[in-house]
Amino acid sequence: MATKLPATDVVVVGLGWAGSILAHELAEEGLNVIGFERGPWRDTAQDFNIASAPDELRYSARQELMLRTRQNTVTMRNNTSQTALPMREWGSFHPGNGTGGAGNHWAGITYRYDPSTFRLKSHLIERYGQQAYNDSNLTLQDWGTDWDEMEPHYAKFEAIAGTSGKAGNIKGEIQEGGNPFEGPRSGEYPNPPLKQPYGPTLFAKTAAEMGYKPYYVPSSLVSRAYTNPLGVTMGPCTYCGFCTNYGCANYSKASAITTILPALIRKPNFIAKTNSEVHRVTLDGSGKRATGVIYTDASGRTWEQPAELVIVAAFILENVRLMLLSGVGTPYDPRTGKGTTGRNYCYQTANNAQLFFKDKNFNPFIGGGAVGMGIDELNNDNFDHSGLGFFGGGSTRVTPIGAAPIGNTPVPPGTPKWGGQWKRAVKEHYLGNMSVGCEASSYAQQGNYLSLDPTYKDPHGYPLLRMTFDFPDNDMRMAQYVTDKIGEIGERMGADQVVKTPRTRPWNNLSYQSSHMTGGFLMGSDPSTSSVNKHLQTWGIPNLFVVGASAAPQNPGFNPTGTVGALAYKAADAIRRLYLKNPGEMIG
Amino acid sequence: MSNDSGARTGVTRRQVLATSAATAFVAAASSKASALTFTQLPEWSPFAHNPPPTAPPGDHWQFFTADEAATIEAIVDRLIPADDLSIGGKEAGCAVFIDRQLQGFFGTFARLYMEPPFGKGTPAQGDQSPLVPQQRYRFGLAELEQYCQSEHQASFKELNGDQQDQILSALEQGEIHFEKYPSADFFALVLQNTKEGFFADPVYGGNKDMVSWKMIGFPGARYDYRDYVEKHNQTLDLEPLSIGGGTHWNHQG
Repeated sequence: MATKLPATDVVVVGLGWAGSILAHELAEEGLNVIGFERGPWRDTAQDFNIASAPDELRYSARQELMLRTRQNTVTMRNNTSQTALPMREWGSFHPGNGTGGAGNHWAGITYRYDPSTFRLKSHLIERYGQQAYNDSNLTLQDWGTDWDEMEPHYAKFEAIAGTSGKAGNIKGEIQEGGNPFEGPRSGEYPNPPLKQPYGPTLFAKTAAEMGYKPYYVPSSLVSRAYTNPLGVTMGPCTYCGFCTNYGCANYSKASAITTILPALIRKPNFIAKTNSEVHRVTLDGSGKRATGVIYTDASGRTWEQPAELVIVAAFILENVRLMLLSGVGTPYDPRTGKGTTGRNYCYQTANNAQLFFKDKNFNPFIGGGAVGMGIDELNNDNFDHSGLGFFGGGSTRVTPIGAAPIGNTPVPPGTPKWGGQWKRAVKEHYLGNMSVGCEASSYAQQGNYLSLDPTYKDPHGYPLLRMTFDFPDNDMRMAQYVTDKIGEIGERMGADQVVKTPRTRPWNNLSYQSSHMTGGFLMGSDPSTSSVNKHLQTWGIPNLFVVGASAAPQNPGFNPTGTVGALAYKAADAIRRLYLKNPGEMIG
Repeated sequence: MSNDSGARTGVTRRQVLATSAATAFVAAASSKASALTFTQLPEWSPFAHNPPPTAPPGDHWQFFTADEAATIEAIVDRLIPADDLSIGGKEAGCAVFIDRQLQGFFGTFARLYMEPPFGKGTPAQGDQSPLVPQQRYRFGLAELEQYCQSEHQASFKELNGDQQDQILSALEQGEIHFEKYPSADFFALVLQNTKEGFFADPVYGGNKDMVSWKMIGFPGARYDYRDYVEKHNQTLDLEPLSIGGGTHWNHQG
């Protein structure tokens, strides 16, 4: 039985990017805020100490920063005819844990979605017609917001994170050297682009010769010492190559722990409760008002924390699971396509071309998760899809993340996996290989969704989240198309061997693909197909806000963190500007 | 780098570097990971950090029996044979690495969800075996020994290199039937752990003298390439560093 604690103004579930942003913004209003984090307190100086941070076995192979599956995992199946089984070890994706969340071990790539993304369904029907849309068998939705509403919040997030890059479009003026497909920005990136290693440089030169417009991948690994608007200072990226899957010892990679929590934790009206796992949001008898949360602390005691305002801002998977466990919204039914909680689960369609050169040295150990060059001609609806038989595309990039050798010693297909020939091939190809990636869209279809598992439970006895997913036909055709295109670029770069790996079915947990899961608690303008309005306020429960990638109706060909940050600032802005003055439904 | 590794008593150069890097920027709020509630400015201790979970080195096998260890040493020396490029897997410490890993959290899957039921599942659903690595090795090595005795009237370690390679290939292809844990899965696990031991930081017991890093040109735990990032298509010949230091750092006194 949960012991009831004294009420507070605001509880925030999750102290990753979204939760830390909301907690900070509401603490700024003078509200008493309690932030709950199921993992430990993490801190750069101690947890990501430079003396022990560059450790591939610990951080990459053994997944030190990831959520322990023993604490919480998901079950997976490709379709409803199968029985879902638990992910006993993370393979396909890497949920985080602790303050900073997945924002500690992310790559730092910080995109804004392009304007068409926010009204994708309407856009595709306008351009290609209702019939072409129907033929796609997709269940796309508009976001209920638009670029103009999102832009200021993207700008705010980039300022907090110190995002480094080169604008492609400032107030409608296309900028030389930037990504010309960007929506119109209110201003330049807070910091200039990072320096580029040889791989991205060769890619950009070749792509430009082929008529593409290469740009600097927007990076929240900062390019110079930077003090953000909260007064928190970051250090310049050193291209150390221990980045994605690692915490940054240089205070260079933006995370809530390097940009927000150092300021937030100093506020007397904020409390962080770590190792404290929230199990559900409590509702009053009417079901129209959230009254707080139930959580278990590190000692195993369970508590009820009442609050006036409940913000759920955990990782996408836990956001959706908490809403299902709390009975918020109608669970999605894949047979009828009705119901909203668990709806439109999407992923990312990750494609790759590995390039082997005999006569080049890329020094692949130099780099970082967001160090690189990209092109955007193959992304989203930046090219004419008439007659192609698919919608969508991906951002094409060369981002050498580092090449620690347990995971980064590729050899050409056909090489033995062990023995003297294998060793010789590892040595021969280590310095002379690089890859071109295409991080591509994942569009919704009726059978892909999230629900509670009927069999498997977490250590507290609550059902695990069940993921039912496979790549739609649309996305498989897209994957083949974009991978052929990036292979062409690899050939033009002069690679001796180009190994193309378009994503194929079935979706599996065997190797890492992407941690960019989206959907399940969608943003929109229609309560019958969405869970939150454009302010991230839950339909019918006005004092419950659910913030994160769970709000995306489908996933474009971009990394989602920039948008997660922008949505968090958007929700905070609506609460501060509108809700606190007149608590209630902001959209009737 | 365990806290008791001999070369690291007192304030090392690495700690000094770490501290100056940290104090150059804002000192973030911090406290012990086990604490529950944080407000305002939690305690912070200089030099306190969260070291890697390495098992202490020593001469004794911690998980393997002497016979098992001899077999594993023979296997890793075929998976990564000694040649003109490097020493072999045995001398590089791959068997010691695996032994220490099996004795730690990896060996029992202490961090993983191991609740029943264990369904067979589809290949896409990944590893669903109820056996943890300690069992996978114990059972696999026993069945390998049984196979070698019945086919060759000798232990694996007593066979010549060609015979050993043939058996390893047969395991890899799943052509030898194991009762308790599939032979192909056993082979894949041993191969993965052997490569980890060859390439991981030497603080975990393998990769002796950073041999694999020197072989391929990986500079290890260096943490700053700002001066090198724009040196395109050039051989840098950087001497590698371990998180336990480098051979040129370890002079005492």
